[in-house]
Formats: sequence, structure tokens, C-alpha cells
Amino acid sequence: MNSKYPIYFLILALISLLIGVVFGLSASLQYIYPELFKEFAPFSKLRPLHVTYGISWVILSAVGSIYFYLNKLQFYSYRLLKIHFILYVLTGLALYFSYLIGNMDGREYLAFTPVLVIPILLGWVLFGINLFKTLWGSVTNWPVYYWMWGTGIVFMIYHLSEAHFWLFEDFRSHFTKDMAVQWKSYGSFTGSWNMLVYGISIYVMSKISKEDKMGRNKKVFFFYFLGLTNLMFGWAHHTYLLPTQPWIRYVAYGVSMSEWIVLASIIYDWTLGLSKNSLAQHQVAVKFLKTADFWIFSNIILALFISIPAINYYTHGTHITVAHSMGTTIGINTMILFSSIYFVAGDINRKFQRMTFMVEFGLKLFNGTLLLFLISLLVAGVKRSYWIHFSDQSPFSEMQDAQYLVYVALFISGLGILIAIYIVTIPILKKLIILARSY
Amino acid sequence: MIVLVSLIVIFIIYNRLIYSSESYYPSIALSPKAIKGQNLWQSNNCWSCHQIYGLGGYLGPDLTNIYSHPNKGPDYINTFLNSGIKSMPYFNFTEVEKEAIIEYLKVIDQSGFYPNYEADIEATGWVKIKYKDE
Repeated sequence: MNSKYPIYFLILALISLLIGVVFGLSASLQYIYPELFKEFAPFSKLRPLHVTYGISWVILSAVGSIYFYLNKLQFYSYRLLKIHFILYVLTGLALYFSYLIGNMDGREYLAFTPVLVIPILLGWVLFGINLFKTLWGSVTNWPVYYWMWGTGIVFMIYHLSEAHFWLFEDFRSHFTKDMAVQWKSYGSFTGSWNMLVYGISIYVMSKISKEDKMGRNKKVFFFYFLGLTNLMFGWAHHTYLLPTQPWIRYVAYGVSMSEWIVLASIIYDWTLGLSKNSLAQHQVAVKFLKTADFWIFSNIILALFISIPAINYYTHGTHITVAHSMGTTIGINTMILFSSIYFVAGDINRKFQRMTFMVEFGLKLFNGTLLLFLISLLVAGVKRSYWIHFSDQSPFSEMQDAQYLVYVALFISGLGILIAIYIVTIPILKKLIILARSY
Repeated sequence: MIVLVSLIVIFIIYNRLIYSSESYYPSIALSPKAIKGQNLWQSNNCWSCHQIYGLGGYLGPDLTNIYSHPNKGPDYINTFLNSGIKSMPYFNFTEVEKEAIIEYLKVIDQSGFYPNYEADIEATGWVKIKYKDE
């Protein structure tokens, strides 16, 4: 390790995760007690905080991991890396200060005041310069994960900008176009970070198994292009019911059907081919990747079903959509990122490769409570869908009251996920702090 | 490389079409008053709890067609905005602000239907939605 800043990114990411789950649990409590602390912390304030910390966790851990892996090569500029980190720390402080004083005039998922997107974009540009300058010499022989990281950065810059097109009169004054472009950017924004995260998973797998060709065969490149096609054109399954021209939805329907098979196939092949010898190393990273594999398969079915317009018609606007997004964010992305962080720690110090009783327990608790969490969301979604499409238009509050027990189950399982995440996160956070200090 | 370049070219053409107003109908423009309502909608994080076209938070109801709902409508919205009922925060909107939010919800209502109860669900899995001007 030539620079401590990748570790700093990972430490920030883990702290964001620890804070984000607390906000998420507090918000879910308001489903059970709607008037609870709404005077000083209403749901409308807690949800943006939860989402912002959640996104920060994914982005910062992906960026920190990739910087760490690039540091093993002829890294282009440590100064740019340092500026990137300082820029994000200052932007983060400004962002949370603006939330604290109630200045949230952005939109869903990007609730911060729009001017803050400028330093965020600048950070991505610095990241891109460092990545491309470091890797450019070998571009003709790039493994798929370099392509995924490069593509992820470029499209992240584009779609983060696109998410703010509403600031321009031409978009904002046309309601339907504005809404379609907003959700297009969100779909592709998620696709962009998936490029970074899935690229990390393939990198970690190839390094653990010491199979360099894993990132270079035709099959992984086929899946890369399939994923890229999804990123570009698959977003509109979020907006099947928005009054857009049918062709937009036809394209999305066709493209969405290929979703998820991409990574599941790669990880499945990798697990089959893993030797006992390589399993002995990086035990924790392997365990997290296998867990991600399980959640990928669980989510494939749901993702494919809700992308079929006839099914989406009933599931859209319900908690079933939340089950899908939570399954992917918590079940898949978080597991891959934990695998990467434990791989990084194990790479610096071999004793961090071994599985401990507490982490194993935390992972089991995580899987059990996440399953209950997703089932609760699916049940809540089915009940809400029934209320929307088949009930006699009873008041909304009656439907919510009838969901009381489901929301209790949601909260209890959410509490379990929080405990599990703390059990898994605290040890690695301590290790990273020790590593950063000893550098 | 050829595949990547081809995809990028298609993506540019695709975006050009998506950003064109002809890809959406009916064409509904926001008045300055409705834009003020939209600003209030954003700065008060109404999207955290409410949905438009099923997109948003789930703690509150979808408001796409609340403006033309036979049992609700503008007076109902006006009364509800500062009610602070259940999980709804205690807002203190002025009459001018309430009118702006109602104007914004009126524009949304004119753009289409959600839920789209008159949509045709076809055997192929496709859903033919009903547009507002049909």
C-alpha cells in the first residue's frame, strides 16, 4: 500500500453505513407509530438522511476499494487522490450541515441542495483521471473489471448530471418529460455504481482464485456488454405507467429481461471452480461473496417478474419494489463491498483473512433477518396492491392500520439487520483504523 | 471496441429521442405558479412519503389524481396540507403557498392516470395504458 487514502475512504464508508442503518430503523418505526417524534424528526427528514448515508456507503467503499487496487500498479497521482478525499469530506460536511438546517431542495435520492453536485462531480472526474491515467498504457489488454470501472465512472458522471437536468427550463416546464428523465437518470445511476461494485467482485474473485483469465474470457465480456445495455436502456421499467410513448417501454421490457443473469452466472462459475487451497485464504471475503451469490439468485426471480409490464402493473407503487431495491442494495451490493473490504484488510495483514466466530454469527444473523425483512416487504406490498386494485376504495389510513403486524415484523427484522451489520462492521472498522495509524 | 462504439452511438440517438418532448403525451407545461408549487414539494420532501405515478415514498398515499378525485379535490387538499394528521408533519403553509401546491397537483392530474384502471393487460405480458386525451 503506497497511500493511506484508500483506507480513509473505506473508513468513511463504514461510518456512513453505521449511521445510515440507524436512520433507516428510526424511519421504519414511524410506520408503526406514525406520530412518533415527528415534530423534530419526521419521516420526510429521516428518509433522505437514510438514503444519503446508504448511497455514501456504496460509493465510498467502491471508490476506496478501486483506489486500493489501483495503488498496486503504477499509480498516476497521489496528489489527486488526496484532493479527491478532502473534497468529499468537505462536501459531505456541507451536505449534512445543509440537511441539519433543513435545506433539502433537491429531489428523491439526491435531496441535497443542487449546487453540491458540482464538487461531487469534480470528485468523479479526479477519480476518472487517476483510473484512466494509471491504466491507459495497457488498454488493449484490459480485463473486464477495468472496463467496468472505467464505464462506471464515465456513466456516473453523465447520469449524475442528467439527474439535475430539471434545473434547466426545457426539462422542468414539461412535467412528464421531467419525470421520465429523472427516473431514467436514477435507473442508470444505479447501473453505473453496479458496474463499479460488480467489477470489484470479479477483481476479488480473480485474485483469490489466482485465475487471471477469469476477467478476460469471452463470456465475461458478453455479460459486461449485456450489463452496459441494461444500464443505458433498461431504466424505463421504473416508469411503465408514466404516459410516455410505447416504444420507450417496449425497449425497457426487452432489455430488462436480461437483467441479473449477468453476475449470477459469473459467480456461480467461480464458486464451482474454486480450489480448496484458495478457499483457505481470504475466508471472510469468500464467505461474503458466496452470500452475495445467494441473494443474487433470490433477487433474479423478483427482478425478472416485476419487469414484466403485466406484473409490474400490480407491483408498482408498492413495497414489492422496495423489497427488490433492498434485496439488491443490502443483499448483493453490501455483501460484495464487505467482501472487498475484508479482502483489502487481509491483503495488508494475513491474520485478517481468517473468519472469526463473531463475524460468522453476524453473517448468519444478517441472512436470517434480511430474509424476514424482504418477506415482510413482499407481504406489505401484496396487501397494498390489493387495496389499490381490488378494494372498495377504503381510506388510506385504514389500509395502513391493517398492516400494523407486518410493519412490526419489518421493524424487528430491520433491528436484526442493524445488529448484524454492527457485528460485522465494528471489527473491520477497528482493523482499518489500526492499519491507517500504523501506515 | 466496435460493440462499445455502436452502443454509444445508439445511446446518443436514444437520448436525443428521450429528451424530445414528442416522446410524451399529452404535453403539459408547468405555469410559474405550478413551478412554485413544485419547489415547495421538493423543499418540504413531500416525495419522502407520497408518490406520483407510484414513484416516491410509501408512508402516504399516491397523489397523481387527487385533484380530480370525486371525494377529494382542491378544497380537500387545502384543508389537509396544514392538518398535521397522523405522520404528516406540521406544515405552516400560507394560502399562496397552498394554492401553488394545488396548482402543481392540478398539472400532474392533467398529465395522465395512476392507477391506470382502464389499462389493457395483454396475454403477451404487455400493458396498454390509457392516456389522458384518449
